[in-house]
Amino acid sequence: MRRFLRPGHDPVRERLKRDLFQFNKTVEHGFPHQPSALGYSPFLRLMAIGTRSGAIKLYGAPGVEFMGLHEENNTVMQIHFIPDQCQLVTLLDDNSLHLWSLKQHGGASELREEHRFTLKGPPGSPPSATQITAVLPHSSREVLYLGTESGNIFVVELPSFRVLEDRTITPEAVLQRVPEDNCNRRSCELVEALREHPKNPDHILIGYSRGLIVLWDLQNNKATHHFLGSQQLENLYWQRDGSKFISCHYDGSYTQWPVSNDNRQPEPLENIVPYGPFPCKAISKIYWQTTKNGLPYVVFQGGMPRASYGDRHSISVIHGSQQTAFDFTSRVIDFFIIFSSDPAAEFDDPSALVVLAEEELVVIDLKSAGWPAVHPPYLASLHCSAITCSHHVSNIPLKLWERIISAGSKQNIHYSSMPWPIDGGTNIAPDPPQRDLLLTGHEDGTVRFWDASGVCLHLLYKLSTVRVFLTDADPNDNMNTLGEDEWPPLRKVGTFDPYSDDPRLGIQKIYLCKYSGYLAVAGTAGQVLVMELNDEDAEHVVDHAEADLLQDQEGYRWKGHEKLKTRDGPVRFEAGFQPFVLVQCQPPAVVTSLALHSEWKLVAFGTSHGFGLFDHQQKRLVFVKCTLHPSDQLALEGPLSRVKSLKKSLRQSFRRIRRSRVSSRKRRGGSGNASEVQEANAKFDQDALQEMELAPVQRKIEARSAEDSFTGFVRTLYFADTFLRDSSRHCPSLWAGTNGGTVYAFSLRVPPAERRMDEPVRAEQAKEIQLMHRAPVVGILVLDGRSTPLPEPLEVAHDLSKSPDMQGSHQLLVVSEEQFKVFTLPKVSSKLKLKLTALEGCRVRKVTVANFGSCKTDDYSENDLAVLTNLGDIQIISLPFLKLQIRYPCIRKEDVSGIASCVFTKYGQGFYLISPSEFERFSLSTKWLVEPRCIVDMPEVTSNNHVHNKSGTENAARKS
Amino acid sequence: EFRRFSLERSKPGKFEEFYGLLQHVHKIPNVDVLVGYTDIHGDLLPINNDDNYHKAVSTANPLLRIFIQRKEDADYSAFGTDTMTRKKNVLSNVLRPDNHKKKPHIVISMPQDFRPVSSIIDVDILPETHRRVRLYKYGTDKPLGFYIRDGSSVRVTPHGLEKVPGIFISRLVPGGLAQSTGLLAVNDEVLEVNGIEVSGKSLDQVTDMMIANSRNLIITVRPANQRNNVVRNSRTSGSSGQSTESSLPSSTPNLLGNLLQGEEESDEEDIVIEGSGEPQHIPKAAPTSESIESLSQIELLHESTQNGFLPCSEMNLNHSAGSISMECEVPDAGRKSLEEDGTIITL
Repeated sequence: MRRFLRPGHDPVRERLKRDLFQFNKTVEHGFPHQPSALGYSPFLRLMAIGTRSGAIKLYGAPGVEFMGLHEENNTVMQIHFIPDQCQLVTLLDDNSLHLWSLKQHGGASELREEHRFTLKGPPGSPPSATQITAVLPHSSREVLYLGTESGNIFVVELPSFRVLEDRTITPEAVLQRVPEDNCNRRSCELVEALREHPKNPDHILIGYSRGLIVLWDLQNNKATHHFLGSQQLENLYWQRDGSKFISCHYDGSYTQWPVSNDNRQPEPLENIVPYGPFPCKAISKIYWQTTKNGLPYVVFQGGMPRASYGDRHSISVIHGSQQTAFDFTSRVIDFFIIFSSDPAAEFDDPSALVVLAEEELVVIDLKSAGWPAVHPPYLASLHCSAITCSHHVSNIPLKLWERIISAGSKQNIHYSSMPWPIDGGTNIAPDPPQRDLLLTGHEDGTVRFWDASGVCLHLLYKLSTVRVFLTDADPNDNMNTLGEDEWPPLRKVGTFDPYSDDPRLGIQKIYLCKYSGYLAVAGTAGQVLVMELNDEDAEHVVDHAEADLLQDQEGYRWKGHEKLKTRDGPVRFEAGFQPFVLVQCQPPAVVTSLALHSEWKLVAFGTSHGFGLFDHQQKRLVFVKCTLHPSDQLALEGPLSRVKSLKKSLRQSFRRIRRSRVSSRKRRGGSGNASEVQEANAKFDQDALQEMELAPVQRKIEARSAEDSFTGFVRTLYFADTFLRDSSRHCPSLWAGTNGGTVYAFSLRVPPAERRMDEPVRAEQAKEIQLMHRAPVVGILVLDGRSTPLPEPLEVAHDLSKSPDMQGSHQLLVVSEEQFKVFTLPKVSSKLKLKLTALEGCRVRKVTVANFGSCKTDDYSENDLAVLTNLGDIQIISLPFLKLQIRYPCIRKEDVSGIASCVFTKYGQGFYLISPSEFERFSLSTKWLVEPRCIVDMPEVTSNNHVHNKSGTENAARKS
Repeated sequence: EFRRFSLERSKPGKFEEFYGLLQHVHKIPNVDVLVGYTDIHGDLLPINNDDNYHKAVSTANPLLRIFIQRKEDADYSAFGTDTMTRKKNVLSNVLRPDNHKKKPHIVISMPQDFRPVSSIIDVDILPETHRRVRLYKYGTDKPLGFYIRDGSSVRVTPHGLEKVPGIFISRLVPGGLAQSTGLLAVNDEVLEVNGIEVSGKSLDQVTDMMIANSRNLIITVRPANQRNNVVRNSRTSGSSGQSTESSLPSSTPNLLGNLLQGEEESDEEDIVIEGSGEPQHIPKAAPTSESIESLSQIELLHESTQNGFLPCSEMNLNHSAGSISMECEVPDAGRKSLEEDGTIITL
């Protein structure tokens, strides 16, 4: 009981805690999972993306981002901006309409849902009567035309969503004006497209699914023209001057129609099947863009020859004799073209094509020769190959930052130099406080370097480890090598390429030293690469060493995958991080832990069999230690899942891509209903679970023992300069923690710099600690005499940290999945502990030391442990006294991959995957908070002036 | 042989000192002996630790009669409550042990030679329908040996009866610790793990908590079979009442008092191997002056000893000499022993 009566409510400390800690989910990085709709406002220059989980995200200039969530969590089908307004309308798959608006609040704009509306038909009418298929926000900004499956076009008033019943355009009214012999009632079923005349807002073009197109005069409520298409209609597009329009069809054709006053039933000007003559797929959307030189741009989606290219996701651009079919690796959701929005301009003059594919956003520069892609500053496809691990480095020195950017810019030469064309809104967030790098390891053996300093997660540089190895796939085998005369003229665009050549290439652990530019990367097949940053291309041989982690164990056979074959002879590496040493673990099991000490030039690595230390200066293995329990056959042979063919693992890759994971999205602005819905769902699930009590799930209750499997699995490695043997002399040391609750400490002798190449590095086991609770050791840390964690290698040398206190006694912190324990050093005596699992039933998944600064005073900061548990909670635990400071729920406990992907920064922020393609960024700190803060102003348009004035006079009135 | 000597009643000192004194007085410095005394009821009770030594000294009136036996030929059965009434002439047995040589009987060791494997605790503070069982994993090779599952139970709430999710014991492994105690059964509902309620926690969470506490697991259950519940009535405990209480100094009404002591004591045994040396248990560090303030809150917990749970333990024989491993299970002993020992109530 005393434990619970501890005087924890020190008011001073409580106040300080409020100044230090605060939990916020700040921004989602990456590409929205399962996008379903796209919208663009040429007026605001903002793009909107809707998703299948009901989220809507707005993007403008880099840093300008908004997010909203429909409470229904239903798929967003269509997004339409209201012309010349900060408003948009979304249509969900439950046939509901939602009006969103951007309003300024507290100095920044916010996206809020204003109204919702579901169209109701007369009593007794079938649901199709009101099923909305087409939405047209009229340029008057007062009404919305809603085309339906029944062929009726309803008119609703904005923003009230009041149905103006007398203005409904019924199929009957339309048919009165169309000669009977060509059409019947069925011709007017299902409104496929509604387009307002570009010059005359009183005329709208109505396209019905069966091919009938009608130009409707709203003033006189009659059809002025009708056009009889023979093919099923897909979409319509007006030419800028309103003299012609273009229709596209299900059979892969498009047709131009003239609109003139003398002919009320015109014949098509031309009818083209661009990829004929064989049957083609539908052209689902088309743009006709005029230019000064007279040659129009025709841009359309689909239309590929059915038999040979029917599976391609393409968008074709035709401009005079130039024609390219951009070939996407995932389904195209929608696209738009950015063109001159000035209504007075004579030509469209298109500048960019923006395509939303299922897995990425691709922007094509239509002004530069060759139509190169534009490098997007946000919406990066994090998952272009599945993310296998991440590593965050805070506060990158400017020198290294510039070198990485320069290496990356050499990779980006084929990108267009066009400035980002979607540039609405103003980013008013303060500049990021420091330069942060997020490194992601991928299944295909690449490491991507992301600028994680601010709101826009931006790819700086991509490193591939594949060149070191011989793989089955020839890197030159590329779909782009089609000759000039190939038809259709396909060109692969985008970076999303989920198919890994060889799963053994997968990156498992990354460690970057920001001071020296040394990078260690370890992978699935026991490969450990040490790299150095080189600003030039270079060709050299990668030194190669083997570390036999089973040295003393005999008679065992590894049944897992083989090691990767290496390339013989020199390999050419592009500028950037270039490997100079490969250490291959034997057996080639997945590398489970990695540590690099750039000052001592040592790299330590561990697998499920043991760990080793490699001197990358002398390129010599210092020692290996087998941690395997002799009876642990399972670990010896490799987990069964590893015994699988390449084919199977490829299949799994496919499956992973297809896997749809509906992730719980954060809620903003008190939309409490959604969480209630989810809770209800969870409860329903739980109830359903209880119904299935036929075979109840059982859990065995048994103490851990030394004989358990995978006790030798090395979970953590740590270098420290501390007092290992006696309290008078400190020395370099390497610490390793295993799955079975064992901590090994080796004292190291690193020769002084002048004799570094002459004398070998020596290591000797100094301690072995067995935690009796035998839980996996997930973190090891040494605190100096001031109870401050030891600085990183080279941190002191770069004057970025105080020298550690080598006078007072050091302490060892061992974090297992179940408890935190502090021991004295050099004599290991237990000093303090905090039990987590025994008291709360949760286990430590991730732990990091983070520095928290006070938001009130600049001179106060402290180090604490940031801990993520298997229940998805984040806890902050004080150092060195191990007291729980605060706890926040962060990730749903069912979201195992989200929890596994979490990475903390050194300054109390963190990232985790909310979907395969999105990182959620969160902050635990009051001081370090990176979140979007932006303003979207209404551009000055004459028709809007009165709005501004009105609000201005209102303010004035209030003041007086 | 008789010896007579005096002790200062107000400062009896430690048992170890007293033991040394006895050996000195009898000039048997290297002989292991059992020490006993007769209390006011005439029971022959052991003296083997500070607590019962102090108790003995305090009962001296003014004379304290101490009996000493060589350990190897001690008659253990002589000790215990009601010994004086049960056996007509304990003294003669003690003094002339050769009387007994004719009929050999099973030797039952002293409590200190036993290792507890399980116990029912906190009977006095729990509702009668609940049972708090402590399983001592430490030192035994036996697996804990049980499984838990999700289930639902019916609770009485202000809104009437309500079905609520719960955690239940689903299986006992034959020969496992849980089964051998007889204190847990399939379909018992688990209510608490080491003093922490499980309601609202998932099966996996409860599993983790149990495994984390596996060295000293205390589970509070609502037995599926409620027929063996105790009807708590202190008067039924009879003549042994006093002596039981006397060795129950920490029968605190504090719900978690018992739990935490054991918990803290149970895992201070991390092992360190220095260099190539021998494994050693890791000692506890003395708090340094600079950190003493904050440490004290945690260190305090270490101060209490483990005496609190002795009185109502079932004992598992682990006598080094004897090859018999005998479990003294109460169910076999029958109702009679239940009545005799008021605080043990089992099936």
